[in-house]
Amino acid sequence: MRRFLLACGLSLFALVAHANTAEPVAPDQALEERVMALSHKLRCLVCQNQSIAESDADLAVDLRGQVREQLSAGKNEDEIADYMVARYGDFVLYEPPMRGSTLLLWLGPLVLAVVGIGVLMLRLSRRNKESAPVLNEAQRAKARALLEKDDNNGTQA
Amino acid sequence: MKAKFLVPLFLFLLLVGFLGFGLSLNPREVPSPLIDKPAPDFTLARLDNPEQTLALADMKGQVWLLNVWASWCVACRQEHPVLVALAKRKEVPLVGLNYKEVRGDGGIDMRKVAAENELPMAIERARGWLQSHGDPYDVSILDINGRVGIDFGVYGVPETFLIDKQGVIRHKHIGPITPDALRDTILPKVAALKAES
Repeated sequence: MRRFLLACGLSLFALVAHANTAEPVAPDQALEERVMALSHKLRCLVCQNQSIAESDADLAVDLRGQVREQLSAGKNEDEIADYMVARYGDFVLYEPPMRGSTLLLWLGPLVLAVVGIGVLMLRLSRRNKESAPVLNEAQRAKARALLEKDDNNGTQA
Repeated sequence: MKAKFLVPLFLFLLLVGFLGFGLSLNPREVPSPLIDKPAPDFTLARLDNPEQTLALADMKGQVWLLNVWASWCVACRQEHPVLVALAKRKEVPLVGLNYKEVRGDGGIDMRKVAAENELPMAIERARGWLQSHGDPYDVSILDINGRVGIDFGVYGVPETFLIDKQGVIRHKHIGPITPDALRDTILPKVAALKAES
């Protein structure tokens, strides 16, 4: 059993070691930081909920390579983002651009908040305007009788 | 306002409607920004004769299909009989873009493949696969490093592009082509584009 666990542990370690050595890294530390910063803003189309910095999908590795290559060729972040959008669409950007088709996405929460607060304020002001109902003498007597009856019930029980 | 109590029910049904619509969508199908844009330029070695190349310009004046495939691609096997049947009808030229034949295969450790061996290996594997499964392509070209694939926005093999006489991408099919998709979408579009001058 112990040997089996050891084997499992070692094979896991082998996997980790493999993952760490899988990709050639640019020797330039500053460049590598820029590559990773930009890669975190780009979505991996294969896994969809990971950025290309986090994903080990084949395409993500290729696209990281593109980012690295183009950054070292002197292109800036915006140009590379445009390059990706031209090929894969706005979907590659984790932060969608503001334009007609995405207006609802950007302003929707704000509109909901404004409408919600508006409705709340309207209701509160209406409630404040409602004054307590005025009772006539007969109604008061009836109410008093009901209350007293209730009291009696309480003492009997 | 007697029906006021129906308001939450109405909102609930609206929500169900939205969720139901969401379920019918396939999140894997990301619409391509390349539709109705000129196809990216390429010049790649041919699989049948790697000394020769095929370029985008060579296909000008024809309505044609570009099918992205690889021998390691499991879904390609699923669509392959459909392509073979399509090729027999000779209605539309079919160009195969062999995508990352060697380095795309998760089973191959690229550190053990010498750089100069990758191309011969890719040719051998791709030809072998076409021999055993049938070759529907008028010509296949080799995208060894996947760079042309990136230009076409390929993110999942197989993918198929319909390109018109002017070299403009008019339709993209993501995933294996089904007989239904071929009959109901792709072939009618091919016919319409052929009729265009």
